[in-house]
Amino acid sequence: MSAGTLPAPSTRERRRIAVAGNPNSGKTTVFNALTGLRHKVGNYAGVTVEKREGVLAGHESLLLDLPGTYSLSARSPDEEVARDVLLGRLPGEGRPDAVLIVVDGSNLERNLYFAAQVLDFGVPAVVCCNMMDVARRRGLTIDCDKLSEELGVPVIAAVANRREGIEALRTALREGRFVRPPGRVWRLNDTVEAALGRIAEAMSGCGAIPEHAVRGAAVLWTVDYLSGGQTGRSSAERFLGRIPADAAAVLRREADAIAAATPEMGAAVVEARYAWIADVIKRCVQAERTASSDTLSDQIDRIVTHKLIGPIIFAAVMMLLFLSIFSWAEPLMGLIEAGQIWLAEQVWLRMPEGALRSLLAKGVIGGVGSVLVFFPQICILFLALGILEDSGYMARAAFLMDKLMSRVGLHGKSFIPLLSSYACAIPGIMATRTIQDRRDRLATILVAPLMSCSARLPVYVIVIAAVFGEHTWLKAGVLFGLYIVGTLVALGMALLFKKTLLAGPPSTFIMELPPYHLPRLWPILRGMWDRSKLFLTRAGTTIFAVCVVVWALSYYPRIAPDQLGPEAAARLAAVDPADADARSQIIESEQLRHSYIGSLGRAIEPVIRPMGFDWRLGIGILSSFLAREVFVGTMGITFSVGEVDESSVELRERLATATWPDGRLVLTPLSGVSLMVFYMLACQCVSTLAVTRRETGGWRWPAVMFGYMTVLACGASLLIYQVGGRLGWGV
Amino acid sequence: MPAARSVVSHMSESTRLLSQLSVGDSARILRVNGDAEVRGRLLEMGLTTGVTVKLVRAAPLGDPLELMVRGYRLSVRRGEAAVVEIEGA
Repeated sequence: MSAGTLPAPSTRERRRIAVAGNPNSGKTTVFNALTGLRHKVGNYAGVTVEKREGVLAGHESLLLDLPGTYSLSARSPDEEVARDVLLGRLPGEGRPDAVLIVVDGSNLERNLYFAAQVLDFGVPAVVCCNMMDVARRRGLTIDCDKLSEELGVPVIAAVANRREGIEALRTALREGRFVRPPGRVWRLNDTVEAALGRIAEAMSGCGAIPEHAVRGAAVLWTVDYLSGGQTGRSSAERFLGRIPADAAAVLRREADAIAAATPEMGAAVVEARYAWIADVIKRCVQAERTASSDTLSDQIDRIVTHKLIGPIIFAAVMMLLFLSIFSWAEPLMGLIEAGQIWLAEQVWLRMPEGALRSLLAKGVIGGVGSVLVFFPQICILFLALGILEDSGYMARAAFLMDKLMSRVGLHGKSFIPLLSSYACAIPGIMATRTIQDRRDRLATILVAPLMSCSARLPVYVIVIAAVFGEHTWLKAGVLFGLYIVGTLVALGMALLFKKTLLAGPPSTFIMELPPYHLPRLWPILRGMWDRSKLFLTRAGTTIFAVCVVVWALSYYPRIAPDQLGPEAAARLAAVDPADADARSQIIESEQLRHSYIGSLGRAIEPVIRPMGFDWRLGIGILSSFLAREVFVGTMGITFSVGEVDESSVELRERLATATWPDGRLVLTPLSGVSLMVFYMLACQCVSTLAVTRRETGGWRWPAVMFGYMTVLACGASLLIYQVGGRLGWGV
Repeated sequence: MPAARSVVSHMSESTRLLSQLSVGDSARILRVNGDAEVRGRLLEMGLTTGVTVKLVRAAPLGDPLELMVRGYRLSVRRGEAAVVEIEGA
């Protein structure tokens, strides 16, 4: 198609425009400006690559924000998704009618490298040359008309964060001023070009690639096949499996011919493309020699990555992050808890006694509550992560921490997700998306729940208070020790995973350090909301379902008042018949004992007794699989204390004086430590498993997580109680 | 790092590596070695033959390194810099 407008989209079908660009090119800012922040966020089918879709404001075109990548080679899931969408080859995604390529004008060489790869696919395109202000400040004058002439597609200058050029861009998009690019200009040697021509021909013959994209796809496939490493190679092989055998044979034969003629095909293609770009830039960009290359970003970096000051600033920022999650979220969490209790009370008071009342008050409201109570923390954490990311500090944090993290086989980018996990593993696991390497990311996800999250704190507090009542320093020391040991175990396990299940070639730290800029409020808030909503809708539904199941297990089977066991009947006879509260607490406690979960608790007692736990603690552990903080409430019911929280003196005393049938204390310092270590190591969190399933795309990794943590927890508790008992420690 | 070891055999005595560059110094890239994964990534990020690269700084713990190449900042680990041969000042 010659220069001009695209055919008008049919009335039924919206025109689909893909938005492509490097990370940090301002692509998302352009996308937000064009869609007016009205967009949907989801995932591409089958992969955890974020997908953003929006409608061009004032028009029927659909904009699809592709993942920000540096290349269309198939080295990472992001790159593969970007490529497959452009080729219309991703299941469930229509082929885009046009593509808007966003490039950073202040970093044109590397941005044009990616732009050129996209243009090679022959999809009608418009280029947005963004960050023109930064380019000007660096003394670069970009001639966009000339650039348009060189690239063969329209180029529109913009400063997206100040909305300059957005109107022009919107008009161009609305009027469909996309132009089909002319195809690549740079050439390799004749032998290679002839072979590439035959590969393109075979690709178009079998219809696997749209006609206009075959020449670009032929180059990419050949580079993946010959020099792509493990992931590129397997992606190339997958493609061969999808096309007819005779076409596949042609591709293999021609690729081998290319390998013989040009042993370093991968390097040759990259260098030829960059050489062409250097020529284009020479003709389109004037660089003022006098302009200072020492930008504000450089000056900030000199301080922020300074040998001494850098780590201090880093520690301060992390401390602030940590404090904000705990202290700012606290009042909101209190409010949600209070609301939940109030609502449950209202239901309890107003509804007739029965299963429905109990389901609503304890299962439904309790279930929704246990999801919502984490919501403030998760929002604040995502807000903080958004600010760190948007300002450019995230990359520096990874830069500072990489050496330490790589000692245990992790990545610099693993640090912040793990730190976040001290608050809650869920946002921590969701924050691992920035880690490109699959194995690094999985290792980080698998050990994140070992960091002692805020849901463990109530359990630690009540057990420590029950067994180390008088010793303030000892209490603080034990609590601190639990956090430290949890962290050390996490790092050790990461190393173990990287040496066993996730063994492979060392990962890389080839990462851009983008210029700093002031974080922008609305996009950050929008990003926070999108991610938090994802937690509510996906993890929330799973948690809710499990809450209802656990409610049923602790509600049924019912017992009649005359079926009370002799022990409970005796206790009931001992209390004042007028004390309705005390009576109902005893009945409720007996009911729990007889429920499925109570039977289960007693059934597992032989197994958990060597760890120092009786059946009552067993019920607490079982019900904690919902969420650990449920332990305190369940213990309240089990010991007939009524409504409790972790500061309840009555519950603390009941726990401290509970005995085995032979009169020995259940909760000694030793079994208390054993119990806390169990909570520190066990994966008692449905939400974490649900999010892990979502983020890893299957049940395999959540199963591994649950399995290894359960083994660790049981093993450690057994060891502590048995060895400690033999040595006579704290019994 | 295995990627670095595998290429040492076919480099001459006088070959300098990007990982040996001093902070603040620049050099031209001669060749990028290493396994396909690392090599492909380094090339695509713009570390191609003939390009001038400057070592801006090392992280406080000595690794990774911050490079200036094609007008932007790129961070790489020492092990990755060790697969890049350089020449000149």
